[in-house]
Amino acid sequence: MRRAILIAVPYAWLLALFLIPFAVVFKISLSDIALAIPPYTPTAKDGIWNMLSQLDFENFVFLTEDDLYWKAYISSLQIALISTVLTLLVGYPMAYAMARAPEQWRPTLLMLVILPFWTSFLIRVYAWVGILSGEGFLNQFLLWIGIIDAPLTILNTNTAVYIGIVYTYLPFMILPIYAALDRLDGSLIEAAEDLGCSRIKAFWLVTIPLSRNGIIAGCFLVFIPALGEFVIPSLLGGSGTLMIGKVLFEEFFSNRDWPVASAVAVILLLILIIPIVLFQRNEQKQVEDGK
Amino acid sequence: MAETVFAPWDDPTERPLIRFRNVTKRFGDFTAIDDLTLDIFEREFFALLGPSGCGKTTMMRMLAGFENPTDGAIELAGQDIAGVPANKRAVNMMFQSYALFPHLSVWDNIAFGLRRESKDKAAIAARVEEMLKLTRLEKFARRKPHQISGGQRQRVALARSLAKAPKLLLLDEPLGALDAKLREATQFELMDIQEKTGTTFVIVTHDQEEAMTVASRVAVMDEGRVMQVATPERIYEAPDSVYVADFIGDVNLLHGTATPSGNDTYAVTWAANEAPVQAASTRPLSSGQTCHLAIRPEKVAIHKDKPEADNAVQGKVLDIAYLGNLSTYHVELPTGDIIKAQVANTRRISRRDFTWEDPVWVSWTKTAGVLLAE
Repeated sequence: MRRAILIAVPYAWLLALFLIPFAVVFKISLSDIALAIPPYTPTAKDGIWNMLSQLDFENFVFLTEDDLYWKAYISSLQIALISTVLTLLVGYPMAYAMARAPEQWRPTLLMLVILPFWTSFLIRVYAWVGILSGEGFLNQFLLWIGIIDAPLTILNTNTAVYIGIVYTYLPFMILPIYAALDRLDGSLIEAAEDLGCSRIKAFWLVTIPLSRNGIIAGCFLVFIPALGEFVIPSLLGGSGTLMIGKVLFEEFFSNRDWPVASAVAVILLLILIIPIVLFQRNEQKQVEDGK
Repeated sequence: MAETVFAPWDDPTERPLIRFRNVTKRFGDFTAIDDLTLDIFEREFFALLGPSGCGKTTMMRMLAGFENPTDGAIELAGQDIAGVPANKRAVNMMFQSYALFPHLSVWDNIAFGLRRESKDKAAIAARVEEMLKLTRLEKFARRKPHQISGGQRQRVALARSLAKAPKLLLLDEPLGALDAKLREATQFELMDIQEKTGTTFVIVTHDQEEAMTVASRVAVMDEGRVMQVATPERIYEAPDSVYVADFIGDVNLLHGTATPSGNDTYAVTWAANEAPVQAASTRPLSSGQTCHLAIRPEKVAIHKDKPEADNAVQGKVLDIAYLGNLSTYHVELPTGDIIKAQVANTRRISRRDFTWEDPVWVSWTKTAGVLLAE
């Protein structure tokens, strides 16, 4: 009985804060836009049966007809994917250096990674505007040391978006990889060298496979929020930066078309959930095969 | 025809496989190995024995190539191996933690070293199968290390380190993680495998029984120095220092002064009110030299009445340690010294002759003890 209650708490949490909101969004995505409060029809006021009979997949069909949407999805996937790879390339060496640092430095280094979270995310992204703009610190510095003669256009391009995403999500990449590397038994590397591996070979054959779980966790933690990112592309990106988060925002707040916006959100969720489920299935299978 | 005794260390024409020549290793201010010279011969099962922190692991790591000596040279088959990295040495190591790769199966763990030097898949497979057979692991080849028992993991680690047929195999406390019964069985298995493969084994251990069981020679170490290198019998029966006598097994130590009293025989005065005890020694001692007489408890006999013996002292039973097969009697002498006498329990315990507080005599022959000069 006590166990049942204990287990019920997280389930109730999931139900109240994930499943019910999802059901509401899903229901709105099947509705039609209306000049009303709330701005869609039908609602539960029309009676449950009446409401259910009026729902249809019209908005999902609409998403396939207008190429803005699928282009935005593809472009978001592309940006999220590239920035995840970039974050991994920057984050892995940092996590590795942290895990290899002397024991007494590690808490400090860990603190430095977490420290940016103490400032508002919005302020930090705005700060990048100041760094990357035409008259920003970066251009001034590069002009001063004479590498360039004219300011580079970085702000309001996809490059700025990549920089913003890598900067913002770097700790989410570093922390799980650091945790994996920190647990790594140093004698495994010595064993690999003892059995004839060079340092680099031992890194590829032992360190990388054994930090795999950290890499995967870090990539998910970066990829998922990056895919639906809104603030970074709208502050640092230009008119050419097409991301689904921005489309979603415009449908909700500019067009006030809640049903289409909800349909966009549902598709976004599916894009994220399907690969995760497939991946976990695969993991499960691998574990069972090992037995 | 009698089999020739394996004793290359007594043969001056034999070239040692490993030579430590005046090797010193310092870590900052700490001297881990202090001017150490040592020869290890081919096909030997050599044990480095000592308390933790005595430098035995440092010696092993220098052989493996993970540390380099600060001073002196280490030679392997006549070649100075300083600066040769671990992955280029014909030396393999079995780690104390086993260091099995958790993401690879037993089969792939054993094949790991082979794959580094050869592309021939059939040859690798044949060698892995051979190793699996040697260590009786055929049934577990597809399992991951976390899916097998501690004893099986130990055998995987052994198979992996032997797979490349190294000139020298290093074993760092190889049986430390096993329980007592399994450890004993594995000791014999190790000796068996060492004999079959003909590889030179160097084992690091703090367990003297393990060292005595498996090794052809034992080096007893303390604070970065080798105290004595000899066969297990000689280490036990003829220790050449009080440290070695005391470290290996149980020992009674009588402190006194020696006076020559005949051919290789000395009278040791050890207490004012007691008669001197007689002890034989092949090592000459000067008259009046202070020394220790070390006598193993199993060489001390215990009696009710005064026995006819070279040395006999009276005392009373203070304590009895009953070990099942043996009983150790702690006999307190009038001087306050305690002599331990060990008796095999060849009869049932109900027939025990002595009990607490009984007045008894302890005796030993003059060749029973070892005289150690200070």
